[in-house]
Amino acid sequence: MSNPILKVENLHVNFNTYAGTVQAIRDVSFDLNKGETLAIVGESGSGKSVTTKTLMGLNAKNASIPDNSRLIFKDRNLLDLKEEEWQTIRGNEIAMIFQDPMTSLDPTMKIGMQIAEPLMKHRKMKKEDALKRALELMKGVGIPNSEEHINDYPHQWSGGMRQRAVVAIALAADPEILIADEPTTALDVTIQAQILNLMKSLQKETSSSIIFITHDLGVVAGMANRVAVMYAGKIVEYGTVDEIFFNPQHPYTWGLLNSMPTTDTQIGSLEAIPGTPPDLLDPPKGDAFASRNVYALAIDSKEEPPFFKVSDTHYAATWLLDERSPKVTPPVQIQKRWARWQEIQGQEA
Amino acid sequence: MTGKEPKKLVELKDLQLYFNKGKANEVRAIDHVTFDIYEGEIFGLVGESGSGKTTIGRTILKLHEQTGGEILFNGEDVTHLKGKQLSAFRKDAQMIFQDPQASLNGRMKVRDIIAEGIDINKLAKNKTERDAKVQELLKLVGLNEDHATRYPHEFSGGQRQRIGIARALAVDPKFIIADEPISALDVSIQAQVVNLMKELQTKHSLTYLFIAHDLSMVKYISDRIGVMHWGKLLEIGSADAVYNHPLHPYTKSLLSAIPVPDPEVESVRQHITYDTTIETDGKARQMIEAAPGHFVLATEEEAALYKAQQV
Ligand SMILES: Nc1ncnc2c1ncn2[C@@H]1O[C@H](COP(=O)(O)OP(=O)(O)OP(=O)(O)O)[C@@H](O)[C@H]1O
Ligand SMILES: Nc1ncnc2c1ncn2[C@@H]1O[C@H](COP(=O)(O)OP(=O)(O)OP(=O)(O)O)[C@@H](O)[C@H]1O
Ligand SMILES: [Mg+2]
Ligand SMILES: [Mg+2]
Repeated sequence: MSNPILKVENLHVNFNTYAGTVQAIRDVSFDLNKGETLAIVGESGSGKSVTTKTLMGLNAKNASIPDNSRLIFKDRNLLDLKEEEWQTIRGNEIAMIFQDPMTSLDPTMKIGMQIAEPLMKHRKMKKEDALKRALELMKGVGIPNSEEHINDYPHQWSGGMRQRAVVAIALAADPEILIADEPTTALDVTIQAQILNLMKSLQKETSSSIIFITHDLGVVAGMANRVAVMYAGKIVEYGTVDEIFFNPQHPYTWGLLNSMPTTDTQIGSLEAIPGTPPDLLDPPKGDAFASRNVYALAIDSKEEPPFFKVSDTHYAATWLLDERSPKVTPPVQIQKRWARWQEIQGQEA
Repeated sequence: MTGKEPKKLVELKDLQLYFNKGKANEVRAIDHVTFDIYEGEIFGLVGESGSGKTTIGRTILKLHEQTGGEILFNGEDVTHLKGKQLSAFRKDAQMIFQDPQASLNGRMKVRDIIAEGIDINKLAKNKTERDAKVQELLKLVGLNEDHATRYPHEFSGGQRQRIGIARALAVDPKFIIADEPISALDVSIQAQVVNLMKELQTKHSLTYLFIAHDLSMVKYISDRIGVMHWGKLLEIGSADAVYNHPLHPYTKSLLSAIPVPDPEVESVRQHITYDTTIETDGKARQMIEAAPGHFVLATEEEAALYKAQQV
């Protein structure tokens, strides 16, 4: 069934800073299947953007990647590519919608031209035709009166309009892998829905694959086939979207699902995960989440948990899944989710 | 509402801001908007992207010159503030910007970015006190001490957003305009920041204009909510009223588009589309009080209809 277009194997990314080496990505492996949407969720600073920027060959100058890290795309290790070779892949076969729209737009170039440029470069389209397609894409991402705005500069647009421009640029290339880093966070929900639908329909047409990074678990629920949860430079749990939402196993995933307000959260405060994330200059021994985890076991501070198998598609790196561990009762909200899981399983059986 | 009227901290009266006024590309970013923000409340502003929310925030802070109308802060017309009063206003009213990358000076260390306002307003007696304040603020927003000596580009999107929050809080403001302060944060840190904002609201009687797209968070944090579309305020009321008994068709459409964090529900959710013709038919509309404290921009007939649709 699985048909990976991309294999990430043992990825490590370190950043050299004055204060020392920041170990931003600490052994991340995952597959991306053709035609699927993989959502990456997790703590702010856990390495989602660094992972995906690495896939675009766009890491900061102070980044270093050890030799045993491999990113296999079309039988090549992307990490071996020279900058000229990247030129034909980046923005073409693999395109990315960046988290910070203002930094990926050129403030001195008209927005219409910025969308048309990759079409002229990679598809060898004539300027006229490229601009026509640019206009279609501007309409597609919901820029009202697009004709009037095609010659605008980025500063004339609102935050959300700029973000839509960035989406249009990435979609213009018709990439095989689309990486979307928080593509809709600056958008109101109606336009968000419009853009997500556009992404979905383009994906259906071209069976492209999407890596979708977002903090909005509602968006994850609607877009993703599979979900990977990151914490402190590692993937701590991955599974199908139903497995992560209804049968979560890692205490960090529990905390994440528990932090959301629901419409019946009225009084009192939200359930934030206590404490702060570990310092990646000097990551703790054992399970990096242990110090914030009320379910932590003694072994967590000594030895890093391996991935335990929950199902063929679902794995979690927590000692709680070891058969020798005591059975714990998760938070009430999670128990409710597990009950839903039983129901869903029952319906399917 | 019974008893004493709550004190108004910010009053917008028929505010207008047109970009490129009189030219072919005129944009009515704020089109005759009137509302008040009461002292100590969190006022949530939601609405379509490009509807003028950020522009309202920037205009209140005098970063744009209004085309028409008035802005009062503590009863004073801010357009006339000068000298001492102006610098006091600049300290009392802070903004957390939507685009953290663009609003942080990349050549400054995080410590100095956060302390900038402390320095300008001479809020620390000496270096030890300054450093201690910075440490406290970093902790408050969930960052740690060694982040103080790093530069903005070394941070993730959400971490940068928190630097912006710490910087705004550094000067003990009375009023904070928070423009999408949490959308770049993971849900747990969102919860931390929102809890922090609420705590400061009660402890320091801070007042907020909270601009956001995440409607469930807006509902949770806000006392009252205003809904904007195309430069106009369409509906205003208590968070519960707007969320549970929306009147305007745009508000209804917006609420129906909220993604639900449940894959099963998400696969069948229906989105109500909004027909914009009611904003372009040229009929005169005004804010009509459909229920106590709950206003909608409508004609008399529409208001009656909206009320009748309520159950
Ligand atoms: N150029 C750099 N130099 C030093 N540290 C860096 C650099 N870029 C990123 N980092 C660090 O790497 C870690 C991962 O950052 P990344 O941007 O991938 O986080 P993220 O998961 O995308 O977070 P967010 O949800 O806030 O966007 C963070 O701790 C960040 O501080
Ligand atoms: N400097 C400018 N020159 C011309 N038009 C502008 C300028 N700044 C903003 N606008 C326009 O004013 C309108 C309102 O923009 P604003 O940034 O206030 O929207 P917003 O509600 O904050 O949207 P978002 O949710 O996308 O951030 C938009 O149509 C925008 O294009
Ligand atoms: Mg990121
Ligand atoms: Mg804005």
